[in-house]
Amino acid sequence: MATKTDIARQFIEAIPHSKALGMRLTEMGEGTSTIEMPYDEKLVGDPETGVLHGGAVSALMDTCCGAAVMSHPASPGGTATIDLRIDYMRAATPGQSITATATCYHVTRTVAFVRATATDEDTENPVAAATGAFTVEAAR
Amino acid sequence: MKAPRRPPEPVQVIKQRRDATLRALVEGVPYIQYLGMQFERKGDELTGVLPFDQKLIGNPMLPAIHGGVTAAFLEVTAIITLSWTYLWEDVESGAIDTATLEAGGLPRLPKTIDISTDYLRSGLPRDAYARARINRSGRRYASVHVEAWQDNRNRLFAQATGHFLMPQRRE
Repeated sequence: MATKTDIARQFIEAIPHSKALGMRLTEMGEGTSTIEMPYDEKLVGDPETGVLHGGAVSALMDTCCGAAVMSHPASPGGTATIDLRIDYMRAATPGQSITATATCYHVTRTVAFVRATATDEDTENPVAAATGAFTVEAAR
Repeated sequence: MKAPRRPPEPVQVIKQRRDATLRALVEGVPYIQYLGMQFERKGDELTGVLPFDQKLIGNPMLPAIHGGVTAAFLEVTAIITLSWTYLWEDVESGAIDTATLEAGGLPRLPKTIDISTDYLRSGLPRDAYARARINRSGRRYASVHVEAWQDNRNRLFAQATGHFLMPQRRE
């Protein structure tokens, strides 16, 4: 029997945009998720330095936060982003993949609150941080 | 007596300079090309355009545009509008070097400090449009609000407010 984790993993990998960016869900707990996105030249925002565009990091953060919501026991169905704020602390090192980790730290009947950080290989110094609110939906 | 005013430049000359600058900003960034974004210009007013594409989908069941794509679209519109406004004076005076721009010498771009996106409606499988308003632009920091819509200008599907670090002028 497919577990909820299997279903969520398949679902995330079936998201066309996340798949196009090469995202891979590496871990999923009860309200937590980790997703990796490889470096790709097509996602560069500054051609002089080869640094990834913030928009690609946003896509990773949004996917990872959504996955954390869906993995939470109190959130049986799908989810949609209500709002998402991203702080860019430093430029990601060109050539390195980005790993986002999200935690759904509070769930009400209608809203899930999430925070996330993204790092490159220097895991001590995050590249970006995010906080967001997501919808909680009934089981499909 | 005032010095005689310089006669206005022929329209094609000034248009060529404006379009070359905008093209350099938009075509020089791989990620903007990857998303398939374009910019339409009327005088100094810019509208970001995101033509719908299958690879932009985030929820295949609805289907809806990926929230990350929406955030990226708003962020790119803010950055290009900021850069454009920052370069505008040099474009108008002719101080800008369009030959260097066309050869890929991209001007330095503003850097995002933070951006907060509100998702008002799900992004439909349709083309999307966005316009940015610069609420404050100082020497170092800028605050920008962006609105995005699809079929109907009065029904926004997303809006964002972002803060940006401005490039420092090379002396």
